[in-house]
Amino acid sequence: MHSKLIFYIVVLLSGLLKPLPVLAFDRAAFESVVLAEGDERFKALDTLVAEADNQTPVLLKALLEGELQRAGKQIIWVHEGRNIDPLTQAPLSSELPDKEDVVVNNRLRGALESALAALKLVSTDHKTRLAAAKELVVSAEEGMKPIVKKALAKETDATIKALLESILATMELKSTEVPLRLQAVQVLGQSSNSNAKTALLAALEVESDEGVKQAIKTSLKQVETRLVWGQRLGLVFAGLSLGSILLLAALGLAITYGLMGVINMAHGELIMIGSYSTFVVQNLFRHIPAFFDWYLLFAIPVSFIVSALVGMLLERGVIRWLYGRPLETLLATWGISLVLMQTVRTFFGAQNVQVENPSFMSGGIVVMSNVVLPWNRIMIVIFAIAVLLAVGWTLTRTRLGLFVRAVTQNRAMASCVGVPTAKVDTLAFGLGSGIAGLAGCALSQIGNVGPDLGQSFIVDSFMVVVLGGVGQLAGTVYAALGLGFANKLLESWSGAVIAKIVVLVFIIMFIQKRPQGLFALKGRSVES
Amino acid sequence: MSEMQLNEKNVLYRPLFGPQGWWLLGLSALVVLVLIPIANLVLPQDSVFYVSAYWVTLIGKILCYAIVAMAMDLIWGYCGILSLGHGLFFALGGYGMGMYLMRQIGHEGQYRADLPDFMVFLDWKAFPWQWWNTDHFGWALLLVVAVPGIVAFVFGYFAFRSRIKGVYFSIITQALTFAAMLLFFRNETGFGGNNGFTDFKRILGFSITTPETRISLFVITALILILTLLIGRFVVTSKFGRVLAAIRDAEQRVMFCGYNTLHYKLFIWTLSAVICGVAGALYVTQVGIINPGEMSPANSIEIAIWVAVGGRGTLVGAIVGAGVVNGAKSFFTQAFPEYWLYVLGLLFISVTLFMPQGIVGLINQWRKPNQES
Repeated sequence: MHSKLIFYIVVLLSGLLKPLPVLAFDRAAFESVVLAEGDERFKALDTLVAEADNQTPVLLKALLEGELQRAGKQIIWVHEGRNIDPLTQAPLSSELPDKEDVVVNNRLRGALESALAALKLVSTDHKTRLAAAKELVVSAEEGMKPIVKKALAKETDATIKALLESILATMELKSTEVPLRLQAVQVLGQSSNSNAKTALLAALEVESDEGVKQAIKTSLKQVETRLVWGQRLGLVFAGLSLGSILLLAALGLAITYGLMGVINMAHGELIMIGSYSTFVVQNLFRHIPAFFDWYLLFAIPVSFIVSALVGMLLERGVIRWLYGRPLETLLATWGISLVLMQTVRTFFGAQNVQVENPSFMSGGIVVMSNVVLPWNRIMIVIFAIAVLLAVGWTLTRTRLGLFVRAVTQNRAMASCVGVPTAKVDTLAFGLGSGIAGLAGCALSQIGNVGPDLGQSFIVDSFMVVVLGGVGQLAGTVYAALGLGFANKLLESWSGAVIAKIVVLVFIIMFIQKRPQGLFALKGRSVES
Repeated sequence: MSEMQLNEKNVLYRPLFGPQGWWLLGLSALVVLVLIPIANLVLPQDSVFYVSAYWVTLIGKILCYAIVAMAMDLIWGYCGILSLGHGLFFALGGYGMGMYLMRQIGHEGQYRADLPDFMVFLDWKAFPWQWWNTDHFGWALLLVVAVPGIVAFVFGYFAFRSRIKGVYFSIITQALTFAAMLLFFRNETGFGGNNGFTDFKRILGFSITTPETRISLFVITALILILTLLIGRFVVTSKFGRVLAAIRDAEQRVMFCGYNTLHYKLFIWTLSAVICGVAGALYVTQVGIINPGEMSPANSIEIAIWVAVGGRGTLVGAIVGAGVVNGAKSFFTQAFPEYWLYVLGLLFISVTLFMPQGIVGLINQWRKPNQES
């Protein structure tokens, strides 16, 4: 414990005293890295890394970035516009004869980069160490063994330790001693990393010892099982994510088409309007950078309201006159969708616009080395659930919901007992459109926002509603999730296009069997 | 399903089938079959009445669209089935003819190879099975008729058997053409992927770009349009056509009267698809390109608006509508490209709201008081 504590103090202090040259620095090694030719440079680099101190990364970085020059044996560091000696940092005369750039070829560049990564392994910052370890998993080189060992000895964090162990094991696979190799193979067997698999496969090719060969095979199997589970997990999440997107896109449709029976081909464009509303709110928030991350919070109600207003306007202006004529409604709303698309093109241009994720939604949770769950997708799953609950609550617990259901079941009777049916129609349509706006807000966080955004969802969201059955929220939920999973599963087998075709064909066949969808309404309202 | 507001007495007979209608038909036939060919081939280029190759191709294209519109009118106007997938049948016919035209290029492609350019590009060594026998014109004609027909028959059989109607049917046909479009976009399907077929050189040994070939194709298209009109007229004025109209207005009652509506719907649906396929084949020879974009759902919906603008359930209305809408489209996409979608969109909205019977309906309304006075 003591030694560790002292080490940290030393590191901290030396961080504070940066400008002072540290005596332990291997001057000869550094000079041959900079000045020598061929393999000698790499050997010297390994020595330098193995004996690294605080100054090493600074100088190696200078070399990598082309800040070092030479004049004969003298190395010059052009630092912040001044010529200084890299080791003593004493100023040098600016007029040196036959000054030339130090040549860093691609091989040395690569070596320097991974050396720098290796040096980060001994950083005091936990995040830097983790990032460095991850980088090295891919690019570790034989020469870094000492520093990795050194880092491993000091490491306390379990995640980083495991990573370092597998890096070291990858290196030791090439060891000449059988027990070392055997141990390395066993360590790699515990890994869940695709690099471990590659390393093991490569080792299997060249392995001569029968015992080690057997061990490699066992380890390989373990790693593969773990990788497969990772893939499955990723697939399930992708399905869930697509399902929730479809759910968001289709929920509004479940109200306007499912409950009200209005076939709205402009639904996709209402989604697009939601996305563009988010874009506008984002641009407004750019003027107050301190609160930029909070723009999404405002964009949610704004996109709901904008789309809802547009929807209500459409209902009052066009759709109201076409009730009871579904085919005409289909054509008229298609016309509306064309007009809306062109309007957006006129105002925002035909190109896609940039909607940035707030900082808390970028990145993701690393579940396994080959499974990363991005935050924005997780948020959308949560958002979809929230919207679903809100819609369910509105329909079953509020006065508006009661009216909507009453009008759906028996318009004439509802009107007789005093329900203002025309107003309810407008409000219900506004609600459905507003939900489309919410879907647009969510979609802006994961995909491109352009005038054609809605077009790509219209077939999919109608499929969800048709499959789920008219007049049912539950059906919509199951259908959306089912289609999401089916799409992603098939995609992993056969590619995206075939998956889509298979799903469409399946729906067409399914409709043959159950024309009313998964959850058919029973009773009087069936044949109306 | 009685959303059609076409319950006027004898609406079937009024617009086309009176003596004036025959006169009008004869006059248009004269213009298209005699005057335009003369104006293109015989008149000198600087004459006021000279019709350039551009106009011949454009009018030829619109004639193809008019055939499609009539096919649409047969099922939508007379049987109440709105298909949003007719672009698929049109494209299938086009691809059937396109394959033959590709084979006719011979060794004159970019690579001077036995195979069409796109196959060379994909490094294929032989024609895939879909291309079997496509170097024979007769086989191509068979494909043009049979492929859309069979696809429509199979799809229609299952759809009508399970009594899918109205909007459901429309949405499923849209999904059908969407799926087909995705399929044809893939190179592996064997039809040239994104780019489809183009750069045709010859048809039946004649160069496809000479004025004589172009006019011949134009005249053939016009003849087929007239033929389609006559076939359509025969169908809808027969007893069969009366049953179709009855199905449109009250399908359940027709069933209770003892008719099996499946047979009626399936026949008219398949006939409509076959007509579409023929139109597609004619289109390819004149326009010189076919690609999966023809199957996009938007294209198929546009067909419906041609019919709606002209007037449903009239057959001539379909021709008028196809002409008016596509004429406007050519004008706008050249003069004000950014406004065309506004015009088209507003056309969809205003026709459904204010002109449910289309242009032909308007003419009828205008003529009616005259007749009564």
